[in-house]
Amino acid sequence: MTATSAPTSLPFDETRARSGILQSLLSSDLPRSRVLSLLLVAILLVLAATPFLFSGSQPLSTAAKICVFIVLVASYDLLLGYAGIVSFAHTMFFGIGGYGVAIALERLGATWASVFLGLVGALALSAALAAVIGLLSLRVRAIFFSMITLAVASAVAVLASQMSNVTGGEDGLSFQLPYALRPAFRLLSEPVLGTALNGRVIAYYLVFFVSLGVFLLLLRIVNSPFGRVLQAIRENEFRAEALGYRVVAYRTAASVISALAATVAGALLALWLRYNGPDTTLSFSIMIDILLMVVIGGMGTMYGAVIGAALFVLAQSYLQVLMEAGSTALAGIPLLPNLIHPDRWLLWLGALFIVSVYAFPGGIVGRLRQARR
Amino acid sequence: MSDMAADTSTVTELPRTRTDWAPLALVPALALVALPFVGEPSTWVTLTVAGLAMGMMIFLMASGLTLVFGLMDIINFGHGVFISLGAYATLLVLGPLASWAQADSVGLNLALLLLCILAAMAVTGVVGAVFERVIVRPVYGSHLKQILVTMGGLIVAEQAIHAIWGASPIPIPLPGTLRGAFVLGDIVMERYRVFAVVVGLAVFIAMQLLLNRTRIGLLIRAGVENPEMVEALGYRIRRLFVSVFVAGSALAGLGGVMWAFYRQTLTAGMGMEVMVLVFIVIIVGGLGSVGGCFVGSILVALVANYVGFVAPKLALISNILVMALVLIWRPQGLFPVARR
Repeated sequence: MTATSAPTSLPFDETRARSGILQSLLSSDLPRSRVLSLLLVAILLVLAATPFLFSGSQPLSTAAKICVFIVLVASYDLLLGYAGIVSFAHTMFFGIGGYGVAIALERLGATWASVFLGLVGALALSAALAAVIGLLSLRVRAIFFSMITLAVASAVAVLASQMSNVTGGEDGLSFQLPYALRPAFRLLSEPVLGTALNGRVIAYYLVFFVSLGVFLLLLRIVNSPFGRVLQAIRENEFRAEALGYRVVAYRTAASVISALAATVAGALLALWLRYNGPDTTLSFSIMIDILLMVVIGGMGTMYGAVIGAALFVLAQSYLQVLMEAGSTALAGIPLLPNLIHPDRWLLWLGALFIVSVYAFPGGIVGRLRQARR
Repeated sequence: MSDMAADTSTVTELPRTRTDWAPLALVPALALVALPFVGEPSTWVTLTVAGLAMGMMIFLMASGLTLVFGLMDIINFGHGVFISLGAYATLLVLGPLASWAQADSVGLNLALLLLCILAAMAVTGVVGAVFERVIVRPVYGSHLKQILVTMGGLIVAEQAIHAIWGASPIPIPLPGTLRGAFVLGDIVMERYRVFAVVVGLAVFIAMQLLLNRTRIGLLIRAGVENPEMVEALGYRIRRLFVSVFVAGSALAGLGGVMWAFYRQTLTAGMGMEVMVLVFIVIIVGGLGSVGGCFVGSILVALVANYVGFVAPKLALISNILVMALVLIWRPQGLFPVARR
């Protein structure tokens, strides 16, 4: 990782001298690229106004998914890009969040209290698991962490699908939301700007604002002294240890924080879908999606998570249509139609992923920032 | 190692390395402890043989990975794809020689299996060489990038398998004479599992002989201890490493064939599924240690089998428990390899 990631803002550069509300909201870690700023503002505005811009449920669902994945990917970036360790258990914490809310709402009834209880329980479980895994594996070698998280995550995934009386097994759990989030609920009797303010829209804004809040919080954490120590450990573990920082403690703490944020993301997704199951939060393919989003967006930048998640979710929804067209156009030629079959889109993303790790380790964000200089 | 140098009386003769018995005794101890819980001795033998067979198959798949790690400090998360690829390569043989599988002759059936194994090892060996050159070589020295890039290689290769052989699972029946079981009184042993034990043991013994009795094995072991020194003595460690990587991939292919006939279906994700066990095994054994990998495989598989019989609910997490206990006992694994 040495010398590959774009340098993050220095403690006393000129951007920090100019203080302002934007500075403090973004923790003085500005995008530092005009194109990137424009992209981020565009994504923020479109996400904020989606219920009023588009009609139908498909765009709203896509937007909600983007919000949730921004949090999920940003929290993963804290671990991968800042602390420099690879975890394969991120979907496990994502799933714990989803199951926490789902089980609480199903068992205890559709109230806000059960949402709260489920979330708190899930957060406690995630924190405990992350701490145990971190302390057990990170004290030997960071590389153990990747393998052990992979093993634990797959065991938990099997466990979740086996314990069908609690988790609903492969079918997952469907549940009722608190009344204010149901489609039948109306905040105002009259539509605003042509959109009825029903429970769906409120649920969307719940997802949107919580995601925004958690993202800004994560941005704050990586720019705090704690975040600086993480980056120091990433760049040179020995030197950080020699300076008196307890590497294992810092890395474990980073793992716990990132697990907590992933848990919140999982809870949000479950609330939005009114459903949680192994395929929506726990599966290994989501883990691969997260990896692709972080690396293509840009490791160690936080904003990369926004770009990566937005791009990936949009591609997932709309690129496959394009590939379908290409595949049918090439029918008759051997193997080629197979290669651009819509189900093979991961092939191309995987290739893009490898190229990004080699050629531009800063991902899209790193590329844009370099272009400015 | 430093205390050896201090001892001047034995200049001509190196002191014997002490064998670490505690982890070795673990396997028989475990089998004995399990006996009263299982109850019936005949059931116990069946479970033990089945566990040994499972352990041998995991060992075949894991040995290459741990050796590659020990020698060059390279962790290959894409190792699972060689397992899948080896399994799919059997189709190259099973297609044209379908009549051999139907034949009611042990000789033809075994010859078919042998051909499958050879084909799989050839395919995975070649792909391994390409994989090393294209995917792994540019990221020597950085674990983080290795994990990411080999994961990327895994995604691409898995999708390529889908594109070539189709995405739906392919059934592959076991040749006729290997189906069924040997029955000795109350003891039932599946034939294929006995075959797997034989193959696994043969490979383990061959590896031990190669590593401990030949010049190339000496170089490999020396490379694991201290690669810079081997290079300074004038050996091309890079070439050695590439051949170990290719051999490791070919072993994964061999393991893949065994695993495929055991499951009797082919899916592109089968390698990645079993990788979870492989990682547990090489962590338990000690990263880089072939003997540790062997003991670890048997340990994990036996525990899984006994627990699965005694308390099926616990079986899902038994592997994780074994790993956690071993790491608490020996944080570096059962047989820690000297580390730089």
